[in-house]
Amino acid sequence: MVLPALLLFVVFGVVPLVGVLVLSFTQWDGLGAIHAAGLSNWKSVLTDSQLPHSILVTFEIMILSWAVQTPMSLLLGTFLAGRQRYRAFLAVLYFIPLLLSSAAIAITYKALLDPNFGLGAGLKIGFLTQDWLGQSNLAIGVVIFIVSWQFIPFHSLIYQGGVRQIPTTLYEAASIDGAGRVRQFFSITVPQLKYTIITSSTLMVVGSLTFFDLIFVLTAGGPGDATRVLALDMYKRGFMSNQMGPASVIAALIVLLGLALALLLRRLGGSTTASQQEGA
Amino acid sequence: MDPNATSRRTFLGLVGSGALAAGLAACGSSGPTSTPGSTTGGGAPAGSGASYWFLTGQPQQGIREAQVKRFNDANSSTKLKTTEFQNDAFKQKIKTAIGAGQGPTLIWGWGGGGLKAYVEAGQVEDLTGWLGQNATLKNSIFPSAFTAATVNGKIYAVPGETVTPIVLFYDKRAFEKIGAQPPKSWGDILDLVPKFNAKGIAPFSLGGQSRWTNMMWLEFLFDRIGGSEVFQNIYDGKKDGWSDPSAIKALEEMQKLIKANGFIKGFSSITADSNADQALLFTGKAAMMLHGAWTYGNMKSSGGDFVTGGHLGYMNFPPVDGGKGDPTDTVGNPGQYMSISSKASQADKDTAKKFIANNTLDDATVEAWVKSGNIPVVKSAKDKLSSITDKNDSEWLNFVYDTAANAKNFAQSWDQALSPTQAETLLDNIAKLFQLSISPQQFATNMNAVIGK
Repeated sequence: MVLPALLLFVVFGVVPLVGVLVLSFTQWDGLGAIHAAGLSNWKSVLTDSQLPHSILVTFEIMILSWAVQTPMSLLLGTFLAGRQRYRAFLAVLYFIPLLLSSAAIAITYKALLDPNFGLGAGLKIGFLTQDWLGQSNLAIGVVIFIVSWQFIPFHSLIYQGGVRQIPTTLYEAASIDGAGRVRQFFSITVPQLKYTIITSSTLMVVGSLTFFDLIFVLTAGGPGDATRVLALDMYKRGFMSNQMGPASVIAALIVLLGLALALLLRRLGGSTTASQQEGA
Repeated sequence: MDPNATSRRTFLGLVGSGALAAGLAACGSSGPTSTPGSTTGGGAPAGSGASYWFLTGQPQQGIREAQVKRFNDANSSTKLKTTEFQNDAFKQKIKTAIGAGQGPTLIWGWGGGGLKAYVEAGQVEDLTGWLGQNATLKNSIFPSAFTAATVNGKIYAVPGETVTPIVLFYDKRAFEKIGAQPPKSWGDILDLVPKFNAKGIAPFSLGGQSRWTNMMWLEFLFDRIGGSEVFQNIYDGKKDGWSDPSAIKALEEMQKLIKANGFIKGFSSITADSNADQALLFTGKAAMMLHGAWTYGNMKSSGGDFVTGGHLGYMNFPPVDGGKGDPTDTVGNPGQYMSISSKASQADKDTAKKFIANNTLDDATVEAWVKSGNIPVVKSAKDKLSSITDKNDSEWLNFVYDTAANAKNFAQSWDQALSPTQAETLLDNIAKLFQLSISPQQFATNMNAVIGK
């Protein structure tokens, strides 16, 4: 049963990866012949002043959106894990943002945030009529907000599942010992969700490396290069500047970063697979 | 009833539905749509007949389809097969297809840097000799349109379709409100800025997030201050061309206007593709706008009585005091371009040439372009203008014709004239220049680094 999966992985995972690596050592404008370029692409990209900026923006968005999403999803997920019927209804409502495509979300928010014709101007609310996408800090804030808005439902769902796995006996015992709801949350729910948190964080962190569609439609990397994340940098070099070589270097860097981060998060989770119920 | 609030609400609705429609259209038509009767889709291999790929979108699409129909009706043995693409899909697909040797016989494009890349890869046919033999065709076209079709002194594409210069639009009502006349010079523009701001009207509308919108300003300032040779030097790859004293002066004047609040607040988050910049002009929020002639149609259809009520004014960009440039010069799109694939068979090449010669700028096409509110790239367009009955349209079309025909130099938009590598760096740096996050000197240094690439 391993063979079909392996075959798919080789065809759609390994082959393109090797292709990108090969391209990163060549010079190609996507049109004419491909010339070998040795290490020159790597040298020029690694010494390019754009690269540290793109990496910085990528990490900024990654860390801040993780910091916003994790507590929110954890609380929402715990709340939704109850069995009352109104919670099931709310869960459906909360889930809606995830059903929309990123491009549609970006177009909608762009219209809403327009300083002259958007929500703020229409409702005459001064605070909302900022130049949201035209100022560097505001634009990054908007991206983090929209990303969180879009993905909190998904992570809430994961946490909801995680919380429902926790045996009720733990809570019953805690109640008998006189622990309140807050104490139960921090002493039982959060520690029991350790692996869920790591899973959800891995998805957030590695996923944020590939943020592209939303940012591309929303700000196209602007204003200036304030929201130019690595994936966007790769696209711009490859498909707008016609420099496939340097773009492949960035692609390879994204793969390396993703692998490193996933491994790091696994390491943080510890290698023990012992039952959580014992140690908590 | 507050007319402002209604127009804003209707506009919000328009933006919403427009965005939705654009989104839907993008989903629905990103793939190629073959015309009925064509036997193969994209990528017809050589020998199976001549093929022609072009863009969807009215009114251009209908005019192109009619051209092909007339050609195919007249030449039943050598029919031209067409495949239509939505704009962004086309840009990717055509490049990939040509790179893979699967391109169409007849290549529709924008000339300039993109065409140069095809030429350097040996993908398109040299048409200099053929155009020499077809002197009537060549002489009927505006001479300025050939610049963007010429690489190293040879012509690789035939200009076709329409001329769209960049124009300074203004709202006559806004000028009445402050009791001033439209600017006759760059100095007048700078003087008008505080007057409009004092009345709560933004002097200029600008969709700065699109970046190429900002570029139109630099195109004119470079020309008016230093003359057309400043950009020509850059185009030709002259070392440090962006550091020309006139170029630095132009960049400084640009930042002076930005610092004086010449543009609407929040311009760097406004996009041109949503037409919000045009809406700012026709809703009275901004007094002037530098934009392509192609915006006229939308302002007429979406702007209420803005155009039909005679409130829209327009002019060529005014001269800069003491500048070297010819004030008749203009910039924009001098035409769209058709090239012939060098990989096609001789028979297919002949079919494509016959189509170009007989059907791309024939009488019926010229008439159709004028009727759609465009000026085709031929001198005979003037004769058709008298048939336009709408007074506003007639004045507008005559203005566009005269601007294009009388221009000493009709420069192609920089992002199309330069190679993709230079164009992308340029757009990035222009955005930063307009945000005042880099100085004119830094701009020049960044741009000099990619000259000739």
